[in-house]
Amino acid sequence: MVWSVRFLLVVLALLDATPLYAVQVDEILPDPALEARARAISHDLRCMVCQNQSIDDSEAPLARDLRLLVRERLKAGDSDTQVVDFMVARYGEFVLLRPRMSWHTAILWGAPLTILIAGFLAIGFSVLRRSARTPFPEVAKLSEAEQLKLSAIQKSQFE
Amino acid sequence: MIAELGHYALVLALALALIQSWSPVIGARKGDVALMKLADSTAVAQFVFVALAFGALTACYVMSDFSVANVYENSHSQMPLIYKFTSVWGNHEGSMLLWVLILAIFGALVALFGANLPATLKANVLAVQSWIASAFYLFILFTSNPFRRLAEVPVEGRDLNPILQDFGLAVHPPMLYLGYVGFSIAFSFAVAALIEGRIDAAWARWVRPWTLLAWMCLTVGIAMGSYWAYYELGWGGWWFWDPVENASLMPWLAGTALLHSAVVMEKRNSLKVWTILLAILTFSLSLIGTFLVRSGVLTSVHTFSTDPARGLFILVILMVFIGGSLALFAWRAPLLKQGGLFAPISRESALVFNNLFLATACATVFVGTLYPLVLEMLTGDKISVGAPFFNLTFGPLFVPLLIAVPFGPLLAWKRGDLYGVAQRLLAACAVAMVGLAATFAFEGTRAVFAPFGIGLALFVMAGAITDIAERVDLRSLSLETIGRRAAGMPRSSWGTAVAHFALGITLLGIVCASTWGSERIVALKPSQTVSISGYDLSFDGMVSRDGSNYRETAAHFTVRKAGSVIGVMEPSKRTFPSRDGMSTTEAALLTRGVSQVYLSLGDNNADGSIAVRLYHKPLVLLIWLGALVMALGGALSLSDRRLRIGAPKPAARILAQPAE
Repeated sequence: MVWSVRFLLVVLALLDATPLYAVQVDEILPDPALEARARAISHDLRCMVCQNQSIDDSEAPLARDLRLLVRERLKAGDSDTQVVDFMVARYGEFVLLRPRMSWHTAILWGAPLTILIAGFLAIGFSVLRRSARTPFPEVAKLSEAEQLKLSAIQKSQFE
Repeated sequence: MIAELGHYALVLALALALIQSWSPVIGARKGDVALMKLADSTAVAQFVFVALAFGALTACYVMSDFSVANVYENSHSQMPLIYKFTSVWGNHEGSMLLWVLILAIFGALVALFGANLPATLKANVLAVQSWIASAFYLFILFTSNPFRRLAEVPVEGRDLNPILQDFGLAVHPPMLYLGYVGFSIAFSFAVAALIEGRIDAAWARWVRPWTLLAWMCLTVGIAMGSYWAYYELGWGGWWFWDPVENASLMPWLAGTALLHSAVVMEKRNSLKVWTILLAILTFSLSLIGTFLVRSGVLTSVHTFSTDPARGLFILVILMVFIGGSLALFAWRAPLLKQGGLFAPISRESALVFNNLFLATACATVFVGTLYPLVLEMLTGDKISVGAPFFNLTFGPLFVPLLIAVPFGPLLAWKRGDLYGVAQRLLAACAVAMVGLAATFAFEGTRAVFAPFGIGLALFVMAGAITDIAERVDLRSLSLETIGRRAAGMPRSSWGTAVAHFALGITLLGIVCASTWGSERIVALKPSQTVSISGYDLSFDGMVSRDGSNYRETAAHFTVRKAGSVIGVMEPSKRTFPSRDGMSTTEAALLTRGVSQVYLSLGDNNADGSIAVRLYHKPLVLLIWLGALVMALGGALSLSDRRLRIGAPKPAARILAQPAE
């Protein structure tokens, strides 16, 4: 099923005669620490002409431009946050694969916890309501005679 | 001629489905056995006619009849025979035909093997099945006719999309559809029960095998899709949180919850209303999955309008079935009588806990997938919700669930003893702690989550073994006792333990592959060598060759470990002239145990070197192996005699089994 979306992606990649490659050799920064930061940032940035792909994974020329841009900013001494802010200022929030928390993503970020808590409450209330109607019967401890009988049965069973 | 016959067969199937839509319902109302029985014949006949239609389309593909538009657009005379078969469903129209074929298979199976069902329930189930079938026949006939002819017959077809010319992907859609459509049975049973206003433990026993079967197929289908994406797309990831993947994950999560809640209903006659709701929701999510993928709404809200007829048609089907069934639920569910009580600490509660977290995880995926669409429609704001969001929200929801997995099967029904169970799990805990400590000692603070991931995976696996060990009384140390009890243990208990163990396997694969995987991106000239995790790959040169309908350039690599040759890898690029030179990247994989070396080809540079991307993925195969073992657990459970015949075993044998 993945293919229908991937198909478009391949088509998009092909619009530019030769398919380019995700991270290319000439993009890699000589400083491994800086490169690691660049990779981490690229993972969370969307290639805007692709379907749900980060610029780190994408073969599109635009993604390459963005990867180079991220590395340029890092080389210029920007912090990770500054790089991301710069990208958002330039391309809008659409570029973030992890949307920021704000009023228009409140439902999105709030959903998991809200649903979980609502579920807990719903279960709690239904249990309370039901136990109010029909109290759970207390189980009496087995008497000594019953205990003996039980062990006799168990013995005969598993020997 | 064949195409017209296929078209006609599909129309006949629609006519049969329309009859089957009302006759059994009236029969069940009036107690008319003949009318109810009619559904059996129509269900089987429907299957025959849809199979004919499907066979006709397949024949057109095999004979490369390019006068049929669908064949022209998706096939090529030089394509290998296997792909001529699989390209039948490698396109929109054909895949919808496969959808209704599977629906008809399930309908016929219920008609043929549902002899032990109460007559009215069976009649209503078959009627609901054919409501769904009718809707989709109409959809195909009106908006997606695969048998459309072209006025001028082309000489050659346009070939199947090259990335679909792959065996893994060939088998992936049928498995996925078996899962999606299989859940329609659970849905039909739920709606039939609501119509009748009556439901009992036996209902759950009838529904469970169908749900299990659908769930197994979906599990395998998702795993295959994931493995295909891993090796075919060329960047080594195995799950992208792509909306299309999410569309298949949601029914899986809901279906898993349904399997568990149906157990409670079957064994304890409890959770009835919730189980009915889950059955409805699971199939609704399958329909939504079909809608999301088939309408093109995911690509962008705007492509939706490029072919509005299809999108709108599925949207109407969606609203009628989901809205209708939920309305029916709201109206009739209060009639259903609640059954067995249970204490807050009990097997039932553990299964409720499972359902709560699975349902929340499912809802999270749902919100995350649809949020950007809804937000853009309402406010015009464009945002992206991608992998980082899902990893942050979905991951934490699964942790408590996985911790709870070993506890569930060990807790007693009705009223359990959590402290006692914790004591019985001490050994499993110890194993987990050793794993955690060892990972921590090895890794230090470099990978924060890895030790916990390893510990959790080991805990889940050891917990499943504990369950089996206790059931067969491993401590007795008497082979005879162990053998006797293992043989007497219900297959469904084996199934549970195996499937839970498999969860641990998958988790182990995920943690190891993502923590200790390494990657190298380099440019190589012939006779140069690149090393990764102890493997030395030397680039020998390029090879060009012709495939059946493509040209291939492969890079030949010799792989050495500690100086000795262990294999050859040939990543390649294929160009398909029939598709205007469209090309695919074929990664090369070298499997060592359950780990893999992954090599994928990039560009040729001007200086004669080639770019390659090289990964070492330790234990990566465990991810999919776990999914397969999970499905195996389902198969074991399905083979349980109690589920097959829906009757208890003879009393004498029940006595010899541990209480469940």
